[in-house]
Amino acid sequence: MSRYTAEVRITPRAGLLDPEGKAVQNALHSLEFGDVEDVRVGRLIRLRLRADTDDSARRSADEMCRKLLANPVTEDYEIVLVKGN
Amino acid sequence: MRAAIVTFPGSNCDYDCYKAVTDVLGEDAYFVWHREQSVGDCDLVILPGGFSYGDYLRAGAIARFSPIMQDVQRFADEGGYVLGICNGFQVLCEAGMLPGALVRNRSLKFQGERVYIRVENTDTAFTAHYEPAQMLHLHIAHGQGNYVADSQVIAKLEAERRVIFRYVDESGQPTDEGNANGSVNNIAGIINDGGNVLGLMPHPERSVEALLGSTDGLPIFTSLAEHLTAAARSA
Repeated sequence: MSRYTAEVRITPRAGLLDPEGKAVQNALHSLEFGDVEDVRVGRLIRLRLRADTDDSARRSADEMCRKLLANPVTEDYEIVLVKGN
Repeated sequence: MRAAIVTFPGSNCDYDCYKAVTDVLGEDAYFVWHREQSVGDCDLVILPGGFSYGDYLRAGAIARFSPIMQDVQRFADEGGYVLGICNGFQVLCEAGMLPGALVRNRSLKFQGERVYIRVENTDTAFTAHYEPAQMLHLHIAHGQGNYVADSQVIAKLEAERRVIFRYVDESGQPTDEGNANGSVNNIAGIINDGGNVLGLMPHPERSVEALLGSTDGLPIFTSLAEHLTAAARSA
């Protein structure tokens, strides 16, 4: 078995209003970062796991996302997998 | 009626529900700790408000994996009545027992205030004692009560009259101004397709005695008591 680090990046689903992102965007505009066109605020979950192969590590992380880490109704997720810690 | 009130770590409206059922209605109620495997011998399960597991990850996301939730699911699948209030509504959505999800209020603030809601369907076991389109003045106390679902789900809920409560303005209209938290179609409460699982964000248990300033929440409990007592008698 190998060790992996999986970074799960969770963001509000495209098209869904993200009031938190909107508030951050407004704050950036008032700080004169007027070039900012869009802000989405999400969550980063970093976890370490053991798996036999890259594939099974990814499948396992994906299942975690579907069952608990992300809510498919409101959130999109992306998994970045790195071998080793 | 005999109500099982589930207590999660972080529930804080469980005693309010207990008092509403026992002191005000004179019916039976008991608490069930979330680690238990069975809801026991009841004809109603109440998932109360609060902040189960500190709202970590998403409100209700971790509570839905509490051991007791498997039996709540079984109970509902067999036609048992389940009432989810505030955090209880969030748990029911996370568990997939009700469609959609509850996200951060559009104000970005925790809102503790009294708002107007309208009863949209009185043809349920939970709302039979209300008048059609009756306006209620009930408390909300939540940071994540903004109801969302994809457009097909919303269309189905509306077509099947499963939107049971809607936020309205002072004149009783579901305007944007009257929308307490930004919910799609001003949705404050919905019911499942079996008509036995209802979730709402406002707190009916806080408005069951004149001393508390309003009795607008009481008919939910009296409707259920009458329905369940009649059902028990005919069984």
